Amino acid sequence: MPAPVAAPDPLARLALFARLLRDAGLRTGPDRLVDAAAALSIVDAGSVEQVRDALRAVFVGRHEEVEVFDAAFDLFWSDPSATQTAGSLPQRGRALPVDPDVARRWMALLGLPSTQVAREQEGRPDPASSSGYSPGELLRHRDFRDMTWEETLQVRRLLRQAPWRVAERRTRRRRADRRGGVDLRRTMRIAARHGGESFQLARIRRRTTRRPLVILCDVSGSMDRYSRQLLVFAHAIGHRQRVETFAFSTRLTRITHLLRRGDVDVALDHIAAQVHDIGGGTRIGDALHDFNRRYARRVLGHGAVVLLISDGWDRGDAEELGAEMARLRRSSRRLIWLNPLIGGEGYSPETRGMRAALPYVDDFLAAHDVNALDELGKLLAALPR
Amino acid sequence: MTNGPSEGQAGEVSISPASGLSSVDDVVARLGEHGYLCDRRLATAILVALRIGKPLFLEGEAGVGKTEAARAMAAVLGARLIRLQCYEGIDLGHAAYEWNYARQMLHIRLLGDADDRSRAERDLFSPEFLLRRPLLDAIDNDDAVAPVLLIDEIDRSDEEFEAFLLEVLADFAISIPELGTVRAERPPFVVLTGNRTREVHDALKRRCLYHWIDYPDLEREVAIVRVRAPEVTERLARQVTEVVQRMRGMDLYKLPGVAETVDWARALAALGAVEADAALMRETVGAAVKYQEDLERAAEAIAGSRPG
Repeated sequence: MPAPVAAPDPLARLALFARLLRDAGLRTGPDRLVDAAAALSIVDAGSVEQVRDALRAVFVGRHEEVEVFDAAFDLFWSDPSATQTAGSLPQRGRALPVDPDVARRWMALLGLPSTQVAREQEGRPDPASSSGYSPGELLRHRDFRDMTWEETLQVRRLLRQAPWRVAERRTRRRRADRRGGVDLRRTMRIAARHGGESFQLARIRRRTTRRPLVILCDVSGSMDRYSRQLLVFAHAIGHRQRVETFAFSTRLTRITHLLRRGDVDVALDHIAAQVHDIGGGTRIGDALHDFNRRYARRVLGHGAVVLLISDGWDRGDAEELGAEMARLRRSSRRLIWLNPLIGGEGYSPETRGMRAALPYVDDFLAAHDVNALDELGKLLAALPR
Repeated sequence: MTNGPSEGQAGEVSISPASGLSSVDDVVARLGEHGYLCDRRLATAILVALRIGKPLFLEGEAGVGKTEAARAMAAVLGARLIRLQCYEGIDLGHAAYEWNYARQMLHIRLLGDADDRSRAERDLFSPEFLLRRPLLDAIDNDDAVAPVLLIDEIDRSDEEFEAFLLEVLADFAISIPELGTVRAERPPFVVLTGNRTREVHDALKRRCLYHWIDYPDLEREVAIVRVRAPEVTERLARQVTEVVQRMRGMDLYKLPGVAETVDWARALAALGAVEADAALMRETVGAAVKYQEDLERAAEAIAGSRPG
């Protein structure tokens, strides 16, 4: 047995577990470790389920992390000797989203057979595998970095400079403004200062705010050459205003929190690691279906504008795509489809998917170069209040 | 948190003796006594949150009983429940405090010429002119048992409010420029709920323990229906719950929550049903399914409910 796991000091063991969680993408830190130690002293430490539930409450911060946590917990706190005789790990239908090398290192550290790693990662549920057109897509943790560095830098610079802003709408918040209504709080302070003799009215006015932007970005194989830049674009815009971003190829992944990283490269690395079907096939209808059911009611409030970025090469059911587009259109303020292929000479939207989707699109725009994105910027800024 | 430990202890001391909650089983049992049937996972999260004095962030689909959990906790602790419903544009004036302008105006009118101007201003911004909103109420409480502060649907507020809340939760204090900082002597037990209309910022989540509430399993949901709607027969409760749970496995635009199950069972009971046939269920399904395009699927779930 490797020493760290057998370590008698529970705190050291807990710290090691936190490291595993961190490798799996959860946020751990000294504060959480302190909470975890406190939590273990509260629950019945003899009960695996109580320990699991207590640590989960401490380390997990969003629903998506629950599964990751449980997988890590199973891996870390399972009894190594039992698993080896059984030939497989108990209670494990779940894989840990870590790099295979990192996984192997952990398996070695925990005294588990590293053959588990590959099996584990292949064992992920894969909605696309039944269709047979993109075998092993989930294993292809595609490296985003095959774009030349200079090009990337150029595009980035231009994107940063571009005045990306979506049009505003009025909100209920207020701010001082000479042309607005009366601000009683400030008026009263001024009045008190003058003994109530002169009332100088302080004024306030309703503030405007940017419309939320929701970006659905196709990261399938056919979009390979564009998706990285377009995600850089999403990252750039995300630092100016509220943006919800989703990536999809055969299924949909919310990547808003990943794009929040200040450094765009770190953000893209996280996306590459966590969106497992990058470079896979495309099923826009399925992705939209998922979006409409799981997220639309949540993120499409407040007059949201939707940017759907895809080349429209769809292997799914065109009829379903049409129905989901109709649904999406109904719940968004403006539905804009960006298609990088529009830039190409003689392109016309002839694919079945594109034809099914077009009737529901408010704007159908190019997205192949910075010029095209500028056009988009103008459109977004000019939306009615 | 610089002065974390002492505050954490303060929270522990004021809460745990009054509640007598010492184990997960206790939490399950006591919540059950107050009509809230929860699983052990949630009970564990609640126990840990109470004992280490951290806010509990509850997320889950609509209608799984997030708000109800806070209510039941208040009942168990014998504490006052202070609820802050969030919405877009909620600000300090609605959440924490506001000055009572009308009273201030009267006060100024009553001032004589001889009165000292600066004292007048100090008087105007004293606690008697303060309108206390939920957050201030929860922080600045005189309760014997620390209150439960429910911050409902935090994801509906905007980032600015979230940042303010972060400050409040960091050291259970609110600073009022005109008065100074009000610090909690008995920090409230804070429960935040969210529906994921937007991703709440990590910094806020870092202050909290987190729990995702799932839909209950069949037995628990039947029990919940029976507790919440005693007029519903066991058989009817089971029928309705089975159909609703089948719907949750279907591809509906909006899945029915536990609240919908209860409503539906109640509707059927109100029509005098002791058990439901398919026709009656179809007629009343609007209690559980609220989107036109889901009705067809709902009919399938009902048809598959049982022979005959």
